[in-house]
Amino acid sequence: MLRAPLVIEYPFERTTGPVVGAFLTGLRERILVGITGADGRVIVPPIEYDPVTAEDLTELVEVGPGGVVTACAWVARPDARQPLDHPFAWALIRLDGADTAMVHVVDAGSPDRIAVGTRVTPRWRDERVGAIGDIECFVIEETS
Amino acid sequence: MRDVAIVSFAQSHHRRAVEDLNEVEMLMPVTREALDNIGIGIGDIGFTCSGSTDYLAGNAFSFVSTLDGIGPWPPISESHVEMDGAWALYEAWVKLQTGAVDTAFVYSYSKSSSGDLAMVMSRQLDPYAVGPLWLDSVGCAALAASAALDAGVVTREAMAEVAARSRRDALANNEYAQLRFDRTAAAVLAEPDHVGLLHRSDCPPISDGAAAIVLAAGDRARELCDNPVWIRGIDHRIDPMALGYRDLTDVPSARLAASRAGVVPAEIDAWELHAPFSHDELLLRRAMGVPDDAVVNRSGGALAANPMLTAGLIRIGEASWQISSGESERMVAHATQGPALQQNLVAVLEGDR
Amino acid sequence: MTLVLPESLRDVEAVTRVATPARLEYDFTAGRATTTFLRGILEHKILGEACPICHKVYVPSRGACPSHGVPTSEIVELAGPGVLVSYCVVNVAFHGSVMELPYVGGLIQLEGADMFLMHLIQEASPDEVRIGQWVEPVWRDDADLEATLESIRYFRPLDRPDATVDEAGHVVSWGPATRGGAA
Repeated sequence: MLRAPLVIEYPFERTTGPVVGAFLTGLRERILVGITGADGRVIVPPIEYDPVTAEDLTELVEVGPGGVVTACAWVARPDARQPLDHPFAWALIRLDGADTAMVHVVDAGSPDRIAVGTRVTPRWRDERVGAIGDIECFVIEETS
Repeated sequence: MRDVAIVSFAQSHHRRAVEDLNEVEMLMPVTREALDNIGIGIGDIGFTCSGSTDYLAGNAFSFVSTLDGIGPWPPISESHVEMDGAWALYEAWVKLQTGAVDTAFVYSYSKSSSGDLAMVMSRQLDPYAVGPLWLDSVGCAALAASAALDAGVVTREAMAEVAARSRRDALANNEYAQLRFDRTAAAVLAEPDHVGLLHRSDCPPISDGAAAIVLAAGDRARELCDNPVWIRGIDHRIDPMALGYRDLTDVPSARLAASRAGVVPAEIDAWELHAPFSHDELLLRRAMGVPDDAVVNRSGGALAANPMLTAGLIRIGEASWQISSGESERMVAHATQGPALQQNLVAVLEGDR
Repeated sequence: MTLVLPESLRDVEAVTRVATPARLEYDFTAGRATTTFLRGILEHKILGEACPICHKVYVPSRGACPSHGVPTSEIVELAGPGVLVSYCVVNVAFHGSVMELPYVGGLIQLEGADMFLMHLIQEASPDEVRIGQWVEPVWRDDADLEATLESIRYFRPLDRPDATVDEAGHVVSWGPATRGGAA
């Protein structure tokens, strides 16, 4: 059987539009923003239209930076393309002031240190470009 | 509304990797069988619709080259959806409703063994906030399982029962399935965690395979076969794209689709649910009101064979077989796609009684 | 629609574009028909496949006859020379290209085939290339043959009277047009 490696690369550069642009601008500035939905709930990451009413959403608000894990899944063997090169947890994180959760990873060290309800905070990259990767990962919030 | 029936179904013997054939070579015996079953050729078909995505095998325009396998020249009336074949079937059903055609051919196929399926599927996510993180399809399912377990709407024990029952039923009832064995729920629970709280057995296999269905309207359906299986209702709905906006412990779009398709759970004698992960079945049962003692996935479902973008169409085909064989009278067939049960299609199928 | 930004973002330059590169790796398997073709290449042969119903010859075959929806099950060895039925002079570099500009890409109907092979046309300046021109394959040395179409380095003009190609791009006469029509 003949076989050969095949690599497909998509060198996409996307335009963001103003709402996603504001979210990414915020990341570059170490600020997390959401958008107020038609029912007053704060949606993070912000979206352009209300999923229920289809209204234009326009009011961006600052949220976080800390938040609470609403779902998590430990990854023992990460793929090289994923955010961390050592075991981590996928997490849905509801940032303080937000009513919906965002996806990111938590550098929790071990699976028993993270669960639904764990508080986390972003670890920012030094070099930020306005992309989701400006948050290197979330880390477990130090309790005082 | 025109009465539309499934008059033929064929599928491949699904395998982890079909390495000796390219996509059209893998598909051709299945499409041929679906037509031969009822003694017709592509010239007798009014409309053809297929479902697939080139990302799976990394083979650009594979959806065009696979069309060669049904003989599309001189040009036939055809269409393609980059969705599960169940949605191709929906498009064909709509075409039949217009009255423009009396017969339609639907097929889908997947040769995902060439690529890294879980990572390929990450390309369907929001390209700004999630895609760059490469949240793979297993990680995505594990997040939904985490939310559902935490909310208490599923348990690991119930998930393990689904995982075990699916492969056991495939062993008993389905020669086309890929995973056919009798492994107890206790053995599933004893497996190490795979991703999050999912055991490997809670996850579907990666499968290469194909399926094809012929639809016909009214009297044409009765001419073509002795026991057409009528589509009494069909609907599909979608939940929002943002994972964190959704309540991953529920499947509102499946509930709505079931309601719009006219599902009355007490009147259904068996269900084919496209539930790739074990918790998916539990969430779908809850959303659609499936009775606890209902017969679900006699075929073994997607946990026994999961050719991507094909396993949903197979649910419809499996239900048609179970009805035309007399095993059931009225069934629900369900298909899903998108991350964590985002999009759902529900059909009510019934024999000629 | 006017967006209301939080105060902290009002005086900073807005992000409007984002790079989202993606890389997917596959282990591609050739399948039956392509394997047959590439194994032929290893033996310095161009193998087409014919439809058992209409006997049209496809090269390289993908395995199915689009006119009949059946496997192309009859293997046919082709001599090599063919006729250029269309071509394109490439003057613009694209991402990943290693070719020196300008160059010519051609669609070639090999003698004995009913479909076209796409390949490079070289040893001819772009202004000499024409539809109907005969071309022949230039192979790598036998020792360097690999299971790839690149084992044919390119096609070059063959000194033979032009064939007649119809408007749809098919060879209708493998020789020059005669008085009274091409057929």
